[in-house]
Amino acid sequence: MILVYVDHDRGTLDELSLQAVSAAVALGQPVEAVLVGADAASAAARLGEFGVTTAHVAADPRLTDYAPQAAGRAVAELVGTLSPSAVLAVGSPRGNEVLAHVGAILDLPFAADCTSISLGSSSFDITRNRWAGNVIENAVVHAPTLIASTAPHAFTAEPVAGSAPATVQEFTPALTDADLAVRIIDRTGGGGGGVGLAEAKVVVSGGRGVGESGFGPLEELAGLLGGAVGCSRVVTSAGWRPHAEQVGQTGTKVAPDLYIACGISGATQHIAGCKNAKTMIAINTDPEATIMSYADYAIIGDVSTVLPAIVDAVRAAKS
Amino acid sequence: MDIAVCIKRVPLSPGRWTLTADGTAIDTSGSAMGWTLSPHEECATEAAVQLVEAHGGSVTAISLGTPESQEQIRELMAVGVDRGILLETDGAEWDAQATAGAIVDALKAAKPGGSADGTAASNSTDFDMVILGTESADTSGYQVGVRIAHALGWPIVTNVKGLSVSNGVARCERVAGAEREVYEVALPAVISVKDGLNIPRYPSVPGRIKARKKPIDTSNPAHPGQRIEKKSLALPPQEVGTAEVIGTGPDAAPKVVEILKEIGVLT
Ligand SMILES: Cc1cc2nc3c(=O)[nH]c(=O)nc-3n(C[C@H](O)[C@H](O)[C@H](O)COP(=O)(O)OP(=O)(O)OC[C@H]3O[C@@H](n4cnc5c(N)ncnc54)[C@H](O)[C@@H]3O)c2cc1C
Ligand SMILES: Nc1ncnc2c1ncn2[C@@H]1O[C@H](COP(=O)(O)O)[C@@H](O)[C@H]1O
Repeated sequence: MILVYVDHDRGTLDELSLQAVSAAVALGQPVEAVLVGADAASAAARLGEFGVTTAHVAADPRLTDYAPQAAGRAVAELVGTLSPSAVLAVGSPRGNEVLAHVGAILDLPFAADCTSISLGSSSFDITRNRWAGNVIENAVVHAPTLIASTAPHAFTAEPVAGSAPATVQEFTPALTDADLAVRIIDRTGGGGGGVGLAEAKVVVSGGRGVGESGFGPLEELAGLLGGAVGCSRVVTSAGWRPHAEQVGQTGTKVAPDLYIACGISGATQHIAGCKNAKTMIAINTDPEATIMSYADYAIIGDVSTVLPAIVDAVRAAKS
Repeated sequence: MDIAVCIKRVPLSPGRWTLTADGTAIDTSGSAMGWTLSPHEECATEAAVQLVEAHGGSVTAISLGTPESQEQIRELMAVGVDRGILLETDGAEWDAQATAGAIVDALKAAKPGGSADGTAASNSTDFDMVILGTESADTSGYQVGVRIAHALGWPIVTNVKGLSVSNGVARCERVAGAEREVYEVALPAVISVKDGLNIPRYPSVPGRIKARKKPIDTSNPAHPGQRIEKKSLALPPQEVGTAEVIGTGPDAAPKVVEILKEIGVLT
């Protein structure tokens, strides 16, 4: 049996977690799920459709909102009672965090961001992302139970034909006050998590070559094309633009129809965030810049003169 | 407040990665290769330095890595880290469990602000806080901080993008979509942070001069063995291409409009 930690936010199922469920189903063993906290049962309703037979819901009146260590403790307790061959979750911030707790509590290795998994009896072959997916590792995990997260979008969530609704089974994990010490106590607006950026169809992105005062035309072009402005880390660490606009390994990952890289050299850590763009246009004074081997089209020139000309041409084309 | 930050030396390539001939490591032999820290860890260090500036105390940087990791510790000393602890390795990989174990031993043995006596006398540490990255740049394990927290019996908040401390309580914020989730934990605690938490300062010349004299204690922990054992690395398939040059300078603008229409972003 494979146990999948399924995340939810105050009762709303985390869609990404379904990818981990489908990854587990593909391994050919029965799949059970574990959800934690208030309203978890309502989030569990759809899991049967994806092949989950039993959804275990950790209930405790103190579990009002997300509490990572308590979730880890609940999952670890189920590992003890159910002896699954593997425990999976999706490699979201929460999925990785909860499984890290499970690994620490059970003193088992935890393999994050896996792109393939195969089950053995005392060891497991996995493939996982390193360097934000710029390098792939083949590794063997030595453990009696595999604890692994699936890289987001490495697996597709797929309903299982002819499946029955999952049985929901409540349990009360033994939680200490220490397990509950870390939990969400409030939520505020202004996350600015680059939500607009992550979903934008067009991203006009600027690097060091744009300069501190050069972002005006990028904003204009993004506005004309209904897109968003992005930037490199050099730009955010100089304080020219807010971090929410940073694209890359430690910034936002984007997958637009069009990515325009202005004055960006194309470091692997930047590419990690934009390599899924359908079309990339680079504007750079240096024809040898690394970005040239990722871009589809290039304009060799100074962004401060090239971009205003593009803005004018797009505006003319629209009117 | 005595704070430990955990940092890791990682390669930095100006272009694409290449792998060594046996396919087990990133080829770092090229003359253009450099070494650096993860932005998450630069932000962790900046947060620690700011907290000590506000509340007093000391910042100790701990790194498990090759002897060359001294370079990264010195860089951080130039921006305010007081002491360094280098857990020297021969360059072999240490998985997250092994890494966290060695760091926990060092936290217990160290005397923050004083000299390490090298023995783990008690089962606790004199530090008040450990600040590190949520994930390392190279292995992206998402767990060293969590494992350290469990070993010390401390709470941990991960993915932190907003941090303040008052009256012995750390208020942490993390970004979830358009919202910020708020957590509060009493110290001692482990906090693992993300890039964007702050803007790390640049080292000053006096900072660099002072850094040269600051102490770095070294030791050679024994490798307990890998439970996640690397077999080989591979580079993901990608179209290795060369961009089609559509012009030089502003004259390229009409061609750009054509392309925008062709791919349907301009109608
Ligand atoms: C672990 C790790 C994580 C990282 N995460 C990220 C991340 O998330 N995002 C990120 O962006 N970086 C990240 N970085 C940093 C990354 O390695 C690079 O340093 C950064 O992306 C470089 O930014 P840049 O291209 O703007 O600057 P540079 O590399 O300095 O390039 C500037 C480019 O502009 C061109 N140029 C100069 N003047 C002009 C002009 N007038 N017109 C047109 N072109 C011009 C130059 O030819 C050059 O190609 C990370 C680094 C590490 C170690
Ligand atoms: N070898 C190391 N030495 C010091 N700190 C480390 C080391 N490896 C990881 N860390 C710290 O732990 C964080 C999370 O790493 P990981 O769990 O490997 O993703 C990193 O951002 C570092 O702050």
